[in-house]
Amino acid sequence: MKTYTNTGNKDTRSGFGAGLEELGKKNEQVVALCADLTGSLKMDAFKANHPERFFQVGIAEANMIGMAAGMTIGGKIPFTGTFANFSTGRVYDQIRQSVAYSGKNVKICASHAGITLGEDGATHQILEDIGLMKMLPGMTVINTCDYNQTKAATLAIAEYDGPVYLRFGRPKVANFTPENGEFKIGEAVELTQGNDVTIIATGHLVWEALEAAKTLNESGISAEVINIHTIKPLDANAIIASAKKTGCVVTAEEHNYMGGLGESVARVLSENTPTPIEMVATQDTFGESGTPAQLMEKYGLNAEAIVKAATKVIARK
Amino acid sequence: MADIAQLEDMVTQVRRDIIRQVHKVNSGHPGGSLGCAEFFVALYQEVMDRKEGFDMNGEGEDLFFLSNGHISPVFYSVLARSGYFPVDELNTFRLLDSRLQGHPTTHEGLPGIRMASGSLGQGISVSLGAAAAKKLNGDKHLVYTLCGDGELQEGQNWEAIMYAAANKVDNLIVSIDLNGQQIDGSTDAVLGMGSVRAKFEAFGWDVVDVEKGNDMSAVIDGLNTAKAKTGNGKPICVLLHTIMGNGIDFMMHTHAWHGKAPNDEQLAEGLSQNPETLGDY
Repeated sequence: MKTYTNTGNKDTRSGFGAGLEELGKKNEQVVALCADLTGSLKMDAFKANHPERFFQVGIAEANMIGMAAGMTIGGKIPFTGTFANFSTGRVYDQIRQSVAYSGKNVKICASHAGITLGEDGATHQILEDIGLMKMLPGMTVINTCDYNQTKAATLAIAEYDGPVYLRFGRPKVANFTPENGEFKIGEAVELTQGNDVTIIATGHLVWEALEAAKTLNESGISAEVINIHTIKPLDANAIIASAKKTGCVVTAEEHNYMGGLGESVARVLSENTPTPIEMVATQDTFGESGTPAQLMEKYGLNAEAIVKAATKVIARK
Repeated sequence: MADIAQLEDMVTQVRRDIIRQVHKVNSGHPGGSLGCAEFFVALYQEVMDRKEGFDMNGEGEDLFFLSNGHISPVFYSVLARSGYFPVDELNTFRLLDSRLQGHPTTHEGLPGIRMASGSLGQGISVSLGAAAAKKLNGDKHLVYTLCGDGELQEGQNWEAIMYAAANKVDNLIVSIDLNGQQIDGSTDAVLGMGSVRAKFEAFGWDVVDVEKGNDMSAVIDGLNTAKAKTGNGKPICVLLHTIMGNGIDFMMHTHAWHGKAPNDEQLAEGLSQNPETLGDY
């Protein structure tokens, strides 16, 4: 089984910050807007080096989204930054009308997504944002898994003309994808090859899926781990091919099972090759305060939960 | 110097276009559209510096954003009569497969439209973005916006109004259609706003009152006064005191025609009060 090395824990939001700063240097059209969370979003370097292209909007997310939409008229490529909760639910109508329906080239970049935001609790932990964003016609939805991939995705979305939701997080997690790797929007990444079960994971759960695959391997179960960083457009071909090969699927995401990656995968499979599926996700619940590790364990979002789901789904074949 | 009589002729024709569009499909918003006919004609025929043709980025020309998108009939009429698309296309207003959607949108590629509007309160924010892009691009042209007065009840406006003054957005002129009416009644009855002038001034804007918002000369003077104030570190607000339903006596001074179409007799009466000038589509 192919294995991966953690080159050192890093936060995905810092990958965004590094990508944004690099974009600032290489693309004059890139502008950044932030709603009073410059440090949290790691936008300080962009702000310091490109002050004329950095817009502090204050605690006013609706205005931020509208301004970003307006800046595209004149050729700018705006990146907005705030927490995932305030990037989506709070401004859904502004994104819907001024960005998605108007077809504007805005990059909505959202940190502190999911439950691993931790101690701040449920008011700030959004587990519904993938669903909200993937429902919007024309919106691309990306959830990256580590620092390197988040940086690569940040660079890649500047080259793509259209609205994008880029989701990442706060905690320091394993950094294992290649440095300066290529990021292809909408293309799944096969991390391990296997024959017994397919594990399709996104975001922070990708590393957990690799850990789960190791455990399963020790029990003689070979798992195919697929990193779905782009939830929309979904790489249906990769999902169908793997499901046909292994005959059962586990999805894993730091999101409600309703509206998340799992449902998107289930739709693709039921339409093309009906396959038993188990979803590792939150079960239609809000989060709560706690450390990221405690919360991932309590809400069943870790390698252990993936192993259990794999065992269960294999038995259903 | 503007030929006022000629512009007024266009306003009369625009009024015909408005009620004919709305009557044909028995839906749409004639009241606010009629109240803003002078503003639109003044803006597109006299005040804005516009290029030939249409491109989305609008570099090297003034831009206009309609925030209260429901007054699309007047917007479509003036865009068509200003050459953005064939006047005959007004025949397709609100019909299936039309570029003239109920509320304006970029989605069907109608020339002249740069942003969808309809869900209220978003226009000033969008205009701030476009104004910022103009400054970054070294483009000295201006950004114009129109909002309804009832629309100011939406909180996003005040985020944008606060931002504009704090950041000295002085290439932006926001006009408010101060007709005092909204769907459920007068703005005072629905949610009293107090002095709109005092509010904008308190937020740090320069305010220009146009007491006769349905008088062509007064509207042009007001907009030119606003234009002269740009570039001085403050955003500009123009308070257009208009009459909802202006130009058709039975539609005036009431919110009743906010979103209601005239029947055959009412259409005939409205048209008789506004004789054809530039030719019907």
